[in-house]
Amino acid sequence: MNTGTPLVEMNNMSIAFGGVQAVDDVSVNLYPGEVVGLLGHNGAGKSTLIKILSGAYKADSGEIKVNGTPVTINSPRDARANNIETIYQTLALADNLDAASNLFLGREITNAFGMVNDDAMEAETRKIMARLNPNFKKFGSPVSALSGGQRQSVAIARAVYFNAKILIMDEPTAALGVHETQMVAELIEELKKQGIGIFLISHDIQDVFKLCDRVSVMKNGQLVGTERVEDVTEDDVLGMIILGKQPQRAA
Amino acid sequence: MSQSGTAETAGTPAAPPQPKGFAALGLDMRLVGMIAALFVIWIAFAAFTDGRFLTPRNIFNLTIQTVSVAIMATGMVFVIVTRHIDLSVGSLLAVCSAAMAMLQTQFLPDLLGLGSPFIWIITIICGLIVGTAIGAFQGWMVGYLTIPAFIVTLGGLLVWRNVAWYMTSGQTIGPLDPTFSIFGGINGTLGETVSWIIGIVLTIGAIALLAQSRRAKASHGFPVKPMGAEIGLGVIFAGSILAFIWVLNAYTIPERRLERMFEARGEVLPEGLVMGYGLPGSVLLLIVIAIVMTVVARRTRLGRYIFATGGNPDAAELSGIDTRMLTVKVFAIMGALCAISAVVASARLTNHSNDIGTLDELRVIAAAVIGGTALAGGIGTIYGAILGALIMQSLQSGMAMVGVDAPFQNIVVGSVLVLAVWVDIIYRRRAGL
Repeated sequence: MNTGTPLVEMNNMSIAFGGVQAVDDVSVNLYPGEVVGLLGHNGAGKSTLIKILSGAYKADSGEIKVNGTPVTINSPRDARANNIETIYQTLALADNLDAASNLFLGREITNAFGMVNDDAMEAETRKIMARLNPNFKKFGSPVSALSGGQRQSVAIARAVYFNAKILIMDEPTAALGVHETQMVAELIEELKKQGIGIFLISHDIQDVFKLCDRVSVMKNGQLVGTERVEDVTEDDVLGMIILGKQPQRAA
Repeated sequence: MSQSGTAETAGTPAAPPQPKGFAALGLDMRLVGMIAALFVIWIAFAAFTDGRFLTPRNIFNLTIQTVSVAIMATGMVFVIVTRHIDLSVGSLLAVCSAAMAMLQTQFLPDLLGLGSPFIWIITIICGLIVGTAIGAFQGWMVGYLTIPAFIVTLGGLLVWRNVAWYMTSGQTIGPLDPTFSIFGGINGTLGETVSWIIGIVLTIGAIALLAQSRRAKASHGFPVKPMGAEIGLGVIFAGSILAFIWVLNAYTIPERRLERMFEARGEVLPEGLVMGYGLPGSVLLLIVIAIVMTVVARRTRLGRYIFATGGNPDAAELSGIDTRMLTVKVFAIMGALCAISAVVASARLTNHSNDIGTLDELRVIAAAVIGGTALAGGIGTIYGAILGALIMQSLQSGMAMVGVDAPFQNIVVGSVLVLAVWVDIIYRRRAGL
């Protein structure tokens, strides 16, 4: 079992949009070196919950703790300051800029005169890409000219480069082929070993069973339950997602 | 990578073959196309006017007529790149011009005494404050109140034009302060020697920049262009800059005017003395603004955020960029540039007239768009907008010189705008941008 202080605790989070309770009194946590899968139907509130943590939305109520210390996250900048990095489902790339500009967007390397140092940023981008995706060669092109897998690796590189402690991955393999999905799986294993905690949002139960240590299931904005993957079967989890019912414990 | 090309799946670092000849220069093909279009226009008008269109005198006039619109077009690039539009620039120019005209002809002479040497500088500073404040205010309405820029600036088009009218009671205000008038062009040329010095400084700067960029790339181990191509580029830059200075110097001051200039200094015009006008101060101002705006666009965080926001506003926000404040800054820059254009435009006429800057919003937007700024946002260059302004002005002046009737002039300019955007759409589709 996990002991000690969780990397992240989200306690009793709630947020409503125009009368719709998108997230209703949900509590989840994440330990170092652990992958927690967030499962649920479309509209179950998992993306909304995670966007509170990444600073895209501001919660109506609830408390976020990082390493046991309460923190205030009002903007993506606050999240980044707490070493929380996010890979969004839409990838959130500026299509007209090249890989290096996207990787460093909002955190540019500047020279002594405060000018953006493109060459230094490209050199750093080449270094991290050599590790994540050695086939990546299109450093001079805008990311609109890249394939889906290449775009994904830019988004992943951006999250990994800045020494994330907490990584949020929203459907990281949804747009990928078999080979690239394998690549992401290997990357997640490697990051786990480094003690990084990962929230993984996914539709794919098999993916989740393969990659995650625990699953938290949401339905209609509420948390159905959190289970360790070795304690439950896929059918149990499906029951939680579809019917919102707790798995039957074997005596 | 399952979705990428064969060269990458092969796993070998397939370096692209070194381009040969013209392609080795690595020039932006859009830019080459625009320069070609400009030359076609110039040569065509020269043919129709027995060469009068390409005399030093006409090129000189063409440059000083382009400056006001070109200055505003550099700001419009930022506005359009962030997916906004500014329809109020002509009116903003008018209100800045009116404020500055009233200041320098009525209020400041009362305060400081007629002919005080501080009048021009206080006037310009106040004009800049007015333009920047109005721009920032409009940007605040767009960014924070989320009123569409089209509506805010359409309102501004009417409001500021008529604020200017009210301030001056619709009268023409002049003559303006003599020092202030230097910024207009013909009254403020730099003479042959200074022009050559500036030309040489610009040439050295351009070549130093090329060399520095090559060194930086090589030090990181990035691929660089072949040395021959870099030298070729350097020769093209140096040649263009120096040829431009040479043409402006070749436009000589008429003998009568020269006589008056010497008389004013209490001297007699030496026999057979010929002096060229040289680089107009307003054109130097445009060059400085073009350099500053290009540096802002390419080398500052502000510029990077402007382009990122235009490319994907959501991504920019998720990267921690304050896009609302960015909107205020972009419109404030636009306002400041309108004020500078107001100095140039009113100084060129040596007075403020009630209709100054009328329809400039259309010229400025057309210049930016012809210069390759995409209305969908995220794409645009400063030099493109300036070239766009020069193409528009060349068409307008050329047709006037050939003797095309005024209505046909406007019909042609309007059609060229639509045609240029269509060609641009086809180009982008082919280039896969």
